[in-house]
Amino acid sequence: MFGLNKKDGGLLLIVAFLALAAPFILNPFPEGSAMAQFNAGYPDLMQRLVIFGIFAIGFNILFGLTGYLSFGHAAFLGVGSYAAIWMMKLLTMNVIPAIVVSIAIAGLFSLLVGWISLRRSGIYFSILTLAFAQMSYALAYSVLTPITGGETGLQPKYNDPRILDAALEPGQSPRANLFGLDMKASSELEIGNWIFTFNTGYYIAAIVMLLSFYLSIRIFRSPFGMMLRAVKSNQQRMNYTGLNTRPYTLAAFVISGMYAGLAGGLLVAMDTQVGAERMFWTASGEVVLMTILGGAGTLIGPVLGAGFIKYMENIVSKINKSVLEQWFAFMPDGIEDIMITLIYPFVGKGWHLTLGLLFMLVVIFLPGGLVEGGQRIGKAFSRKKASDDTTDATKTPAE
Amino acid sequence: MDAILLQILNGLDKGSAYALIALGLTLIFGTLGVVNFAHGALFMIGAFCAVTFSKMLSFSHIVVDETKKDFLGNPLKVEVPYIHDLFGVTTGDAIIDWAVPLSILFTIPVMIGIGFIMERGLIKHFYHRPHADQILVTFGLAIVLQEVIKYFYGANPIPTPAPAAFAGSFDFGAMLGFEANNIIYPYWRLVYFAFAAVIIGAVFAFLQFTTFGMVVRAGMADRETVGLLGIDIDKRFTIMFGIAAAVAGLAGVMYAPINSPNYHMGMDFLVLSFVVVVVGGMGSLPGAVLAGFLLGILESFASMAVVLEFIPGINQIIIYLVAIIILLTRPRGLMGRKGVMED
Repeated sequence: MFGLNKKDGGLLLIVAFLALAAPFILNPFPEGSAMAQFNAGYPDLMQRLVIFGIFAIGFNILFGLTGYLSFGHAAFLGVGSYAAIWMMKLLTMNVIPAIVVSIAIAGLFSLLVGWISLRRSGIYFSILTLAFAQMSYALAYSVLTPITGGETGLQPKYNDPRILDAALEPGQSPRANLFGLDMKASSELEIGNWIFTFNTGYYIAAIVMLLSFYLSIRIFRSPFGMMLRAVKSNQQRMNYTGLNTRPYTLAAFVISGMYAGLAGGLLVAMDTQVGAERMFWTASGEVVLMTILGGAGTLIGPVLGAGFIKYMENIVSKINKSVLEQWFAFMPDGIEDIMITLIYPFVGKGWHLTLGLLFMLVVIFLPGGLVEGGQRIGKAFSRKKASDDTTDATKTPAE
Repeated sequence: MDAILLQILNGLDKGSAYALIALGLTLIFGTLGVVNFAHGALFMIGAFCAVTFSKMLSFSHIVVDETKKDFLGNPLKVEVPYIHDLFGVTTGDAIIDWAVPLSILFTIPVMIGIGFIMERGLIKHFYHRPHADQILVTFGLAIVLQEVIKYFYGANPIPTPAPAAFAGSFDFGAMLGFEANNIIYPYWRLVYFAFAAVIIGAVFAFLQFTTFGMVVRAGMADRETVGLLGIDIDKRFTIMFGIAAAVAGLAGVMYAPINSPNYHMGMDFLVLSFVVVVVGGMGSLPGAVLAGFLLGILESFASMAVVLEFIPGINQIIIYLVAIIILLTRPRGLMGRKGVMED
C-alpha cells in the first residue's frame, strides 16, 4: 500500500484508525459520570495531541535516526508560528498559505542553525542548538517586539490588511478557515449519555499528521534513512569510507525543522495566537521527552509519547483535592487523609513533578520508551505460549 | 574610564556565580565523565538552604508581655525566637542578622550529603551509558528537584537579606580618585566576589597541593591506570562529586541576598553555565573559571545604554553569540584539552 510493505502499511492503518476515531476513543465515559473529567475528546486537546505528534515525529527523524540530540527545536516551532500568524494578518485567514509559509520559513531558519550547529557533535551540538533557541527566545521577547508582539504575543486583528480576503463586516472577527471551512466548527453526536464532538480543525490536523507520519515511514525505509542510521551507529567509520556525512545530517536537521514549523503553523491555524513562551527551552525539552518516552528511533513511538504526555498533562492537572477526596471516600478517614497527602503533591499543580519522575524512570529502566516496554510484555507473553514468535508489527523498532 | 570600571565590577558578581557553577560542572565532567544537567538545581538548593536556615533561626514561641498592652487592653503577646532564650537577646539578634553567612556551615554538610546520594543512587549507574542518556536523566532529576522545592517553598521568590553590616554600598570612585558617588558598588557583591575567589582558590589548592587531589588529577588523566595501581578511584570521585555539589550549593547560599531565591533560578543559571563550560573548554578547570568571569563581564558591558543604543537587545544574546563564535573558531573552547569529548 502506497509503496509500504505489509508491516508498515498495517502500522499506518492503525495510526489512521486511532486518529480518525479519536473523538470516540478519547471519550469513553458518559457525560455527567464521575469519570467524565477523564474524557479527552474535546477539540482543543485532540488538536494538540496530533500537532505535538507531528512535532515529535519530526524530532525523531533527527534524534532517533542520527542520534544528534537537539535542545532547541522549540525555536523552529515558534518561528513557524510567527510566520503563520503574519500570513493571517497580511494575506488571508485561509490556513493554506499560513502553513506553507511556516514550513518554508522554519526550513530556512533550521538550514541556518543546522549549518552552524552540525559542525560539532555530541554535547557541543546540544549546547549550540540550545544557544540558538535561547537567543531566538530572548530576541522575540525584547528587540523583535515589533515583529513578535513581545510579551503580549500576536493575534489577528479586525483592521489587519489581509489583502486576499474580503473586508470583514463590523462586529465580525477574523476566523481561521480552509476555503470557508471554519476551523472551530464542530458538530456533536449524542448517543445515549455520550456526547462525541467532531471538529473540523481536528480532522484537518489529523490528516496532516497522517501525511507526515507516512512521509516519516518513507524516510525511515529509504536509503537516505539508512544513511542516517549509519551516522548514528558510527560516524567515524562513515567518514573513513570517504563519505561526507554533513549533507545527510543537515538534510535530516532541516526536515525535522520543517516538521516543527508545520506543527507551529497548525497550532496557529487552530488557535490564532502566538507568544514567545512556546520557544522557551523547556518547550524544547518537552519534545525530547515525548520522543524518549514513546521510544526514540521507532516509528510509532513519538506519536504515542506526544499523545501520552499531552493527555496526562491535561488530565492530571485537572485532579484537585476534592476529586481525590471523592475517590478515597470509601476508605476510613485516617487512611483517606494519608492517601490524599501522599498523592496530592503529584497531581494538579504538581504535574511537572510527575512528569520529571516519569521521565527519569523511563530513562533509567526503559531507555527504549513505551515501545520497548510493550515489546517486553509481548515477548513475555509469547514465551509463555511458546507459539510462533511473530513479533507484533507495531512494536518493532526501526533499528 | 569610570563607566568601564563600573561595568567590570557589575560583571564580577554574576561572573563569580557562573564561574562557581561552571567549576563544579567541570569537576564532575572531568572526574566522572558525566554531563550533569541537575547542577543548576544544586545551586538552587544551596540558595534554599539559606532560606531554610534563616527560617530555622527564627523559630519562635509566644510569650505574654505583661508590661505592654495591645489595642484591646489585653497583655501583649510577643513572639520570641528560641535563639533569644539560648544566647540572650543581643547575640540572638546578631545571629539572625548573620543568617546567610552562617548558613554556609549548614549548607556544606547538606550539599555534600545530597551529592553523595545523587552519585551513589543515580549517576553511578550512568557511567557506561551514552552522554545523551546522562543528559536526559539529569534533566529529569533537575525537573524533580525543582518541583519538590516549589512544593515546599511555593512559587514566589523569598527575600533573604544580607547582614545589616553589608547593606550599604561602597564608593569605589572616591577611593581611586574619581568623582565621589560615581562608581558605587554594594558591599555584599564585593563579599560575593571575594568569597568566590576564596572557594575557587581552595578547590585549586586542594587539587594541586594535597595527596588526595593528586590522585584525583591522576584519575582524571587516566582512570584505568590509577585503578590498576590499587587505588579505589571510584570512592575518590564520589567525594569529588560531593565537593562539586557543595561548591554549587555555596554559590547558591551567598547568591540568595543578591537575587531572592525562587524555584527556577537553577534552570536559569544552568543554561548559561553550560555555555560557560563549553566556551572555557570542556574538562578544563581554569578555562571554566576564566570563561565564567569573562562572560559575566561581557554581559554587563553589553547592558550599557551606549551599547544598547548601537545594537539593541545585545545584552540578551551576547553570551550565546560569543559561545557560537568560540565554538566555530576554537572548537575546543578557550582552554580545552585535546581528546576530551571529541566524539
